[in-house]
Amino acid sequence: MNLMKYKKIFFLISAFFLIPGLISLVFFGLRPSIDFKGGSLLEIKFIEEEKTQDYQETILKDDLEEIFSIDTVQETGQDSLILRGQEITNEEKEIVLDLIREKFGELELLRFESVGPILGQELLKKTITAIFLVAAVIVIYIWQQFHDLKYGVSAVLAMFHDSLILLGIFSLLGHFKGVEVDVLFVTAILTTLSFSIHDTVVVYNRIRELKKKHRHLSLTEIANAAVWKTLGRSINDSITIIIMLLSLVLLGGESVRYFSLALLIGAITGTYSSSFIAVPILLVWEELANRKS
Amino acid sequence: MNKKSNTKSLLWLLILTVIAGYIAFPKRLTIDTNFFSKKIQFEINKQAIDFYFWGKHIYKDFELKKGLDIQGGMQVVLRAKMDEIALEDRETALESAREIISRRVDLYGISEPTIQAARLEDDYRLIVELPGVEDPQQALELVGRTAELEFRLERELSEEELAEATQSANFLDLYFVSTGLTGQQLKKAQLQFDQQTAKPQIILEFNDEGRDLFAEITKNNIDKILAIFIDAYPVVTPSISSAILDGRAVMTGDFTVEEAKNLAIQLNAGALPVNIEVLEQKNIGASLGDESVQKSINAGLIGLSLVILFMILYYGWVGVISSIALLIYAILTIALYKIIGVVLTLPGIAGLILTIGMAVDANILIFERMKEEQRAGRSYAESIELGFGRAWDTVKDANLASIVSALVLINPLNFSFLNTSGLIKGFGVTFLLGSLLSMFTGVTVTRILVRQLVPIIKAKEFKS
Repeated sequence: MNLMKYKKIFFLISAFFLIPGLISLVFFGLRPSIDFKGGSLLEIKFIEEEKTQDYQETILKDDLEEIFSIDTVQETGQDSLILRGQEITNEEKEIVLDLIREKFGELELLRFESVGPILGQELLKKTITAIFLVAAVIVIYIWQQFHDLKYGVSAVLAMFHDSLILLGIFSLLGHFKGVEVDVLFVTAILTTLSFSIHDTVVVYNRIRELKKKHRHLSLTEIANAAVWKTLGRSINDSITIIIMLLSLVLLGGESVRYFSLALLIGAITGTYSSSFIAVPILLVWEELANRKS
Repeated sequence: MNKKSNTKSLLWLLILTVIAGYIAFPKRLTIDTNFFSKKIQFEINKQAIDFYFWGKHIYKDFELKKGLDIQGGMQVVLRAKMDEIALEDRETALESAREIISRRVDLYGISEPTIQAARLEDDYRLIVELPGVEDPQQALELVGRTAELEFRLERELSEEELAEATQSANFLDLYFVSTGLTGQQLKKAQLQFDQQTAKPQIILEFNDEGRDLFAEITKNNIDKILAIFIDAYPVVTPSISSAILDGRAVMTGDFTVEEAKNLAIQLNAGALPVNIEVLEQKNIGASLGDESVQKSINAGLIGLSLVILFMILYYGWVGVISSIALLIYAILTIALYKIIGVVLTLPGIAGLILTIGMAVDANILIFERMKEEQRAGRSYAESIELGFGRAWDTVKDANLASIVSALVLINPLNFSFLNTSGLIKGFGVTFLLGSLLSMFTGVTVTRILVRQLVPIIKAKEFKS
């Protein structure tokens, strides 16, 4: 079967996953964590169980308003909460905790983070630099390996396709479920860049090998054969990664859950885009080039 | 490849695995579970390596270092305000501030603190990590205080006073009195070497006010001790040998170069006191980490079992071999973490788990290739060699992208335009080691095992 005949369908499938996320990115954006925008975070655990159910977000917010203006209250377990708001000092934190204790009984402070606004700005810059640095190195490497800029650029386009889907999904998650984008999410994006390239290189290598062997075949035929021949590996390899990440998402600790989810999404889109985006883009490019000449 | 040399490789692999297994094994493993309603309970203890070799003490307990997010503690990013300090002295001032903070932290009794100086454009920063700190307020005061340097003069004590002083906790305060000369009048301290004896010495330079004060003190108190206190603690106790009128004092003594260097750094902290501002603080309770680690490890073990199951069901005998290679991978990885002292963070554990999923990638690539070659009509033995040979290039190219990403995450050269966060580095390091090691276990180890075992398996199948 000639898979590459269905290029348009593959692009449509991608569009189906890309567009809602892109719309969400434009309208809602991402929900940055205090790592990026500065502020304070308190994670507390109530010890007296019967009081746990009593807390109400509005009461909590109103009570603390004068000292700590809270943006969000998030439940992280049966009896623990994460409060996020404007930056407070250590002394202010103690007052806040005392106020909560008065109302809701004894509690334990699990985590307190406070980030100044300068560091947040810096992190954003560093992230963007890192992503472009990785992309640049990869384009140059693939270009060198395949002696053709087309390959490098198509691989990177497929890579950005994966990153956009990931960003889009986290924009939706942020809007509907309050999921925040933090330092770890950045790490996940950078890692999924390499997932995406990993599989693409495998297909491209096969295309190169077949091209040498069968000089009379068209690029479409070769690409089709290469995708077919590497598909089994691609899927099986992803299955093992998906098994590991899925167990981490479902069973792993709370603090790395969304990090693992981001990696999982990246692993899936990375596999898909290598065969069904990177290769079709290559073919479309070739067709356009042929038409011109 | 001939059979003998492969057997030799197999032997080496076995030795390597056993050594790595020993290192990777936890110090104490307690097993307490119910196995088919039978209670199993026992404990295995591992001895640390602890012996003397040519009078050198060799001690290694091969324990994994836990990051702040696991064992709990505090991370503070401080900014040193350098407005009042001359441009050329800023690096020295930052280094001095670092030294002072690390001394305070040591005195306070925090084990394994790390204090890193970092510079970002015009910002001078200190990143302080204090594991196990429970009182952030106190810790902040400890690191955020500006160093106070003071010259104090020895005082003659009457007998009564002496008796009182030796019993008092404020002995030092009674014995040494303030002279009014402080770090503010000290311009700079510098390490130099005596031109005749080549011994290290420290030059103290005072400003005009300090010069007059110092001249006054030294004139009237020859042969007395003029101690230098930092944070109300004496760091050096030289005695005055002659009156010094020009505001340039030379301090000699029996210090090693290292000691003299440290002393100069500390004195500069008093001479170039920087005010410190907190940019960021993160406090993590230990309870949060332990639970997450346990959950992550369980998730990893379940994932590992499922991957092994998948490989065996799908690939049969070679799947069994790749599962063995995968276990060797896991053992080698943990041993390597312990040997090079990887600090384990929660994202780091996630990285380890992820790389277990990726480690079989090379195997899958090779096995799929083998199948293909077999379908093309080649013999089993031939397709094995072709599978390994052709797959290596692809494995290498494909892993290169992972290595580049990992290096950007780790930022080993500490470029200021990339991240310096411990969490990201923690993940990057495990990801990098995973990519490199999995190339070794996925290709080399698997090849040794396949060459050795497949003929045996095949022979049996043939007979039956």
